[in-house]
Amino acid sequence: MRPGSIIYFLREAFKSLSRNRLLSIATISTVAISILILGFAVLLTINAGALMQDLESDVEIVAFLDKKLTKSQITDIKQDLTAVSGVKSVKFVSREQALAKMQEKYGGNEYNLKETLGKNPLPHSYEIKADDPHNVPQIAGQVSKIDGIYKVNYGQGVVERLFKVTRWVRIVSIVFIVLLVFAAVFLIATTIRLAIFARRKEIYLMKLIGSTDWFIRWPFFIEGVFMGAVGGLIAILILAAGYSSLIGHMDTMFFIPLVTSPKILRNIYIGLLVCGATLGVLGTWVSLNRFLDV
Amino acid sequence: MLVQFYNVSKIYPNGVKALDDISLKIDRGEFLFLMGPSGAGKSTLVKMLFREELPTRGQIFLASRSIVRMKRGDVPRLRRNIGIVFQDFKLLENKTVYENIAFAMEVVGTSSREIKERVMEVINMVGLKGKENSFPGELSGGEQQRVGIARALANRPLLLIADEPTGNLDIDTSHEIMELLFDINRIGTTVIMATHARELVKPAGKRVLMLDKGRIVADNPPGELVL
Ligand SMILES: Nc1ncnc2c1ncn2[C@@H]1O[C@H](COP(=O)(O)OP(=O)(O)O)[C@@H](O)[C@H]1O
Ligand SMILES: [Mg+2]
Repeated sequence: MRPGSIIYFLREAFKSLSRNRLLSIATISTVAISILILGFAVLLTINAGALMQDLESDVEIVAFLDKKLTKSQITDIKQDLTAVSGVKSVKFVSREQALAKMQEKYGGNEYNLKETLGKNPLPHSYEIKADDPHNVPQIAGQVSKIDGIYKVNYGQGVVERLFKVTRWVRIVSIVFIVLLVFAAVFLIATTIRLAIFARRKEIYLMKLIGSTDWFIRWPFFIEGVFMGAVGGLIAILILAAGYSSLIGHMDTMFFIPLVTSPKILRNIYIGLLVCGATLGVLGTWVSLNRFLDV
Repeated sequence: MLVQFYNVSKIYPNGVKALDDISLKIDRGEFLFLMGPSGAGKSTLVKMLFREELPTRGQIFLASRSIVRMKRGDVPRLRRNIGIVFQDFKLLENKTVYENIAFAMEVVGTSSREIKERVMEVINMVGLKGKENSFPGELSGGEQQRVGIARALANRPLLLIADEPTGNLDIDTSHEIMELLFDINRIGTTVIMATHARELVKPAGKRVLMLDKGRIVADNPPGELVL
């Protein structure tokens, strides 16, 4: 491409933007609304994902020890547990600590568990975390085979259901976002087609004069990128303002941990901007090709 | 030979047979009238030269290159060698005379310095000096067609194709446009003009190819009287 052509393409793109002002505004609005909906869905998905990860990482294995074990046997078991593949950490919880925890959780200050029960019924235990919470059931199976462990508990049944739910939530949200992207491309392509239709005679003439397809495309693509980026920017400003005020209110109202990492949010916003520009180009591509077939 | 048709037939998707076994040769520098009643296939024949339509059967060559077998990517180069003049002028209403002609050179990537020189040259050639800043809406039909011809000439084509160029003009203006086309032919450009206007063809003394129902019914050499 010659430098003279680049100037020509830019000039043509912005001439066309200002000449078809109403259609340009319509396209920018369409992109803005699409990206707004898309961004909303992405933020929702990211937060749901974080919440699910939170829930999943709470999943751990508690291995209760036989009552009559010596100190060195207990230490040996710790080594056996650490050796099981997929285990991230192993933490010893003495029967006294376990009772204290239980007192805290169920007894409160109302009545003393130890007095009610007469003696401490709890055994020593190990709390085991897995590298990947999804492997917990399988690790639990291996742990239960170790000598000196009489019972393994990880919320059997509930955990499997939790994983099923989180898997479906992830699949559904990805499918939903993909569908949204398709709908956005279609919507934007339809608006852009109006602008291109208004110039179909000019395009036909260019083709008969001997213009290459790319020479015709470039100004339209520049126009598409520009409108897509502006629309994306508007959507991001609205989204960012809305989300940061939500963070402010949520902190004081709910226990749901919102994603607030500036790095993640910045990446989402940049991603959405790129998405807007890409939608502009994609919409132009889809609409334009039909008119180039001369 | 500039143009060669070998047994060309065209059947449109709707089943209409627009051309039926056309064979024909056109030399460099010739002026050819393509004459026949409406629906004879004149437009279909010329559209094949710039590959707006492809033949159903047969071969077409321009300057010994096959138009039929040509790759899609080579079509722009083919078209840059052909200037097209339309019955309805096809001028861009929001551009001046100068810009309409410059447009044809811009869209094939000509440098702006070259465009400046050439546009004024063709404006003078078609007799529109002083009108370069007018808009098409401010010009008469004949003047608008002169702009169309100037635009077709801007890229120095080997071949000028005019499909009913006088179809929207009165008889005096039509004769003026004919004189312009003869002048262009005289300085070396091959011209093919499709028309059903016998009164323009008769006095010209040029080669006349008569089409009817998609077939060549006569090929009169220059100077012979047309019936
Ligand atoms: N795109 C098309 N699709 C179908 N039929 C067509 C098309 N273009 C022309 N025709 C038909 O082909 C025949 C020849 O048309 P055309 O080449 O335009 O003739 P002319 O220019 O001599 O009037 C006519 O019967 C016309 O209706
Ligand atoms: Mg015709």
